[in-house]
Amino acid sequence: MIDLGQHAQFITAAYAGVFLGLFALIGWIVVESRRVKARLAELGDKRG
Amino acid sequence: MNSDGINDAPKMSWWNRLAHPGQFLIWTRPLVWPLVALTAALFAIGLWFAFFNSPADYQMGDTVRIMYVHVPTAWLSQFVYGTMAVSALGTLVWRHPMADVSMKAAAPLGAVFTALALFTGSMWGRPTWGTFWEWDGRMTSTLILLFLYLGLVALWRAFDDQLRAARVIAIFTLVGAVNVPIIKFSVDWWSTLHQPASVFTAEGPKMPGSLLTPLFVMFFAFTFLFITLQLVSMHTEVRRRRVMTLERKLARGDAA
Repeated sequence: MIDLGQHAQFITAAYAGVFLGLFALIGWIVVESRRVKARLAELGDKRG
Repeated sequence: MNSDGINDAPKMSWWNRLAHPGQFLIWTRPLVWPLVALTAALFAIGLWFAFFNSPADYQMGDTVRIMYVHVPTAWLSQFVYGTMAVSALGTLVWRHPMADVSMKAAAPLGAVFTALALFTGSMWGRPTWGTFWEWDGRMTSTLILLFLYLGLVALWRAFDDQLRAARVIAIFTLVGAVNVPIIKFSVDWWSTLHQPASVFTAEGPKMPGSLLTPLFVMFFAFTFLFITLQLVSMHTEVRRRRVMTLERKLARGDAA
C-alpha cells in the first residue's frame, strides 16, 4: 500500500464510505430480488 | 399456428419486445452476469490505478485520489436523473410500461450516488478548501438533487396503484429535471469554491494522462455498476408487479 500522506484519513474515509454505501445498496438489491422471487415461486408462478 | 400449419402470430418488433415486461425479462436476464463480471474487472483495474499507478497532484498531493470516487458518483447523480427524466417522457408520451419500471428502479440508485458524491466531496473539501461544506451553488443544488430523489422514492411508496403513481411521478420528475442544468452551470453562474469543468472542456482535459486514466476507468466502473443495478432492480420490479397481480387474483378467488 502506498503512503497516502498527511491527509490519509480523509482519503481512507472517502473510499470506505463509498464502498460501505455501495455494499449496502448491492446487498439491499440482492435481498429484495431474492425475496420477490421466493414470493413469486410461493404463489406458483413458473415464469421465473 | 393456424390449421394450415402457417405461423400467423404477429411478429414482435424490437420496440414491443422492449415494452413487454415478460419479454424484457427474457431478453435482458442473460446480460446480468456478464455485466457483473465487467463491472468487477473495471473496479479492480480502476482501484489499482487509483492507489498504485497514479501520481500525487503537485498542489493537492494524495487527496487527488478522492477524485476517482467523487467525480464518477457526481456524474452518476446527474446521469441517473437524466435516465429518470427520459423514462418519465416514455411514461407520459408513449405509456411505455417499462419506462415506469425504469423510473421507479432508478430513484433509490440516484439517491445513493448523490449522497456518496456529497460525502466524498466533503472529504475532499476539508483538506483542500479548509471546510467540509459551503452553501454555494454547486453543493446546494446537489443537496437539492438528493432531496428530489428521496421525495420521489417516498412518492412511489405512497401509492398503491403503481400505474397512476407513474404518471404523477413522471410530471414531478420532469419538473425536477430543471435542477440538473443548474448543477452543471452553477460553477459558471455563481462565485463558488468548487472548480469549473476540467475534463470535458472546449480546450480538452486540463489534467495529465496519468490522472485521467484512473479517472476514466473508475468512471466506466461506476457507470457499469449503475447499469447492472438498474437492470436487476427493473427485473425485481417486474416480478413485484406479478406478485401484486397474483395476490389480488388470489384474494378475489378466496372472496368468491
